[in-house]
Amino acid sequence: MAQAAIELIGINKSFGAVRANRDINLEVARGTIHGIVGENGAGKSTLMSILYGFYQADSGEIRVGGKPVSINTSNDAIALGIGMVHQHFMLVDNFTVLENVILGAETDALLKSSIAKARSELERLEREYGLEVDPDAIIEELPVGLQQRVEILKALYRGAEILILDEPTGVLTPAEADHLFRILKQLKEQGKTVVLITHKLREIMAITDTVSVMRQGTMVATRVTKETTVGELAELMVGRRVLLRVEKGESKAGAIKLSVKNLTVKDSRGVTMVDDVSFDVRGGEIVGIAGVAGNGQSELLEAISGIRHAVSGEVMLEGKPVDLTGKADPGELRDRGLAHVPEDRHHVGLVLAFEESENSILGYHDDERYLKGPFLNVDAIVADAKDKIEKYDIRPGNPRLKTANFSGGNQQKIVLAREMEQDPGVLIVGQPTRGVDVGAIEFIHKRLIAMRDQGKAVLVVSVELDEIRSLSDRILVMFAGRIVGERGPEATEGELGLLMAGVEHQEAAE
Amino acid sequence: MDSFNAVVQVLDSTIRLSVPLLLACLAGLYSERAGIFDIGLEGKMLVGAFAGAAAASVFHSGFIGLGMAILISVAFAMVHGFASITHRGNQIVSGVAINFVAAGSTIILGQAWFQQGGRTPALQPGERFEAIVWPGADALRDVPLLGPIYSELISGHSILVYFAFAMVPFTWWVLFRTRFGLRMRAVGENPAAVDTAGISVAWLRYRALICTGILTGVAGAYLSMVQNGGFVKDMTAGKGYIALAALIFAKWRPVNAMFACLLFGFLDALSIRLQGTPLPIVGKVPVQFMQALPYVLTVILLAGFIGKAIPPRAGGVPYVKER
Repeated sequence: MAQAAIELIGINKSFGAVRANRDINLEVARGTIHGIVGENGAGKSTLMSILYGFYQADSGEIRVGGKPVSINTSNDAIALGIGMVHQHFMLVDNFTVLENVILGAETDALLKSSIAKARSELERLEREYGLEVDPDAIIEELPVGLQQRVEILKALYRGAEILILDEPTGVLTPAEADHLFRILKQLKEQGKTVVLITHKLREIMAITDTVSVMRQGTMVATRVTKETTVGELAELMVGRRVLLRVEKGESKAGAIKLSVKNLTVKDSRGVTMVDDVSFDVRGGEIVGIAGVAGNGQSELLEAISGIRHAVSGEVMLEGKPVDLTGKADPGELRDRGLAHVPEDRHHVGLVLAFEESENSILGYHDDERYLKGPFLNVDAIVADAKDKIEKYDIRPGNPRLKTANFSGGNQQKIVLAREMEQDPGVLIVGQPTRGVDVGAIEFIHKRLIAMRDQGKAVLVVSVELDEIRSLSDRILVMFAGRIVGERGPEATEGELGLLMAGVEHQEAAE
Repeated sequence: MDSFNAVVQVLDSTIRLSVPLLLACLAGLYSERAGIFDIGLEGKMLVGAFAGAAAASVFHSGFIGLGMAILISVAFAMVHGFASITHRGNQIVSGVAINFVAAGSTIILGQAWFQQGGRTPALQPGERFEAIVWPGADALRDVPLLGPIYSELISGHSILVYFAFAMVPFTWWVLFRTRFGLRMRAVGENPAAVDTAGISVAWLRYRALICTGILTGVAGAYLSMVQNGGFVKDMTAGKGYIALAALIFAKWRPVNAMFACLLFGFLDALSIRLQGTPLPIVGKVPVQFMQALPYVLTVILLAGFIGKAIPPRAGGVPYVKER
């Protein structure tokens, strides 16, 4: 094997009583793509932050290129040729690409020469790696995929030989993710070393040479990617066998519970996002809506759940029409038996500064069960929250803890528990497992199937094709605001992928 | 010709009245661009005014006075920095506290040192900054049109006036053409980006606050040593707050800041000029109305005419490294 680019020997790091990293040993070979997988909170990000000088290890040794080094600040890391692409981009939104690239790497006190140097350097990087981006574009006007490219350019501009990417595909569309992988492969061919942190096993299988698995702060295994399987990695991550495809019986579809006819929705700029969409969801079935993010799924969900006005069309809930002009508030729809798990739990689903128990009744807080006269009945609320915590295995099991302190998967469970436990007739769920660990995904999927088996109508929107295929009894594919096809759960990935890319749709239009 | 001279006079006093606003506004620009809200501009101007006049009268030197004004004002800015950067305190609370301390301490120290009811002794020639008469200003005074403009508007101001207006292009240059400016703007928008680029967020913000302190110090010195012949209690009279309004108005841009301050200065000059003078149609306007005009105008213009003023995104938020 080639010489090691990075060696970590016996790294320990504690935050108070929490041991985030325990005796970590890791060797990353030069010129390879090395994946690090693990559930949220397994210590991946802490380990990489130690490598990037954000934190100092309590004990242990770091070697870069065979030499022991001490990395106390990000500057030290940059000087050693380590670059990092953070999960949340470290970009100044109203700066140009050039300004972001030179920030912190200026040549002298005036900007003129730095900008000239960066401009020619960016041209070179564009030629060598196909990293195209307009140097004078303002960051906030660029799509997320290009913003990420700027982060990569920043690292390369600083002479990074080792590039660490933290959950790089979380915010990308599948096409953007593919493009990123091509770039990473090209970087590898040019001799750079790439460390990829993710919890998506498919990405690991698709692109890495070697993969290391972390669990609860320890490094449990390192495998050559070609010689391992998704199943083995998932088991190593969670520490037990995981069902990647949830088992379910035949659906017993009953009466139509949710009916959407000719629904058209425009966004705030007046662009038609949902274009004449019609479908039904029956009790006892899960209908999945597949599609690349941004093809109108979000607006469709928002219109059905009463958050967004529709331009025309009608929606029937349990046989009765829903007012789409904006007079129906989400609360009224909730009373009529429509539960909604929003796509964006941080902005719409939860108030992160609230206690868990408060979030677990949010939206249902005027229900008599939770009231004592005009006041909230805190005892009843906490008891109710404890009940849900037990049922949904929400951890840590403390209803008085601030919601921001829960992991993404547990936050999602809080929302799901709140909505499902109201015993709704219709459940609509946006991105049920976005940012959720493998173990929790399995749990959430089982819950959704259980809802179906109780005869509820379930509508699921997800950009994860695997999830849609695993859950749905019927799959609708959305492209450019329209439903371009309906398939059964046996549809192949390729078939759905083409529909999602609008291929068949365009052919039909010609 | 009379009305022309009247206009020139109003414009001349516009310049004089805008100078403290402009200096304070640019001072606020440095700190807010770096992500530190500074409601304590008022207090720093006040201590600057007091320290300037007191030192000038004791040491009989305008420049020692100016130096002391800057020194004390910067010291107060550092207190604000210590509270809001190092200790991540609430920036509004810290700023308000500085205003209170400034208002109280200037009176107490003034009374203790000079026994003139909180005033400092009247400054003598040589202890103040005198007007600089440009070459040929007197000779050209009688030339029609250009004469009064040159001799009244351009010539005949103190050095601090020229300094204030020179600070406008200088600040623009610092913000947009220097490394310090780039980093300062970045730290006000996304300090995490600055931190991960290997730059110290705290040190950068402290440096921005030093700039703020210097400028509020000069603004204070102007009030007590140029506009007035000594320190009078509460002589800033809300100028720090108007400067903040002008800063929002200017969307945190230096050249806009100059025009905003000139506008407020003009309204001020006009209200003095029109005191007791009946206006056509409306008749005699109460002086309070004219004095309220800058504030009313701020609200109206901000509400509808200049569009949305977006403050630096990280403004007011102490930077904490995320775990």
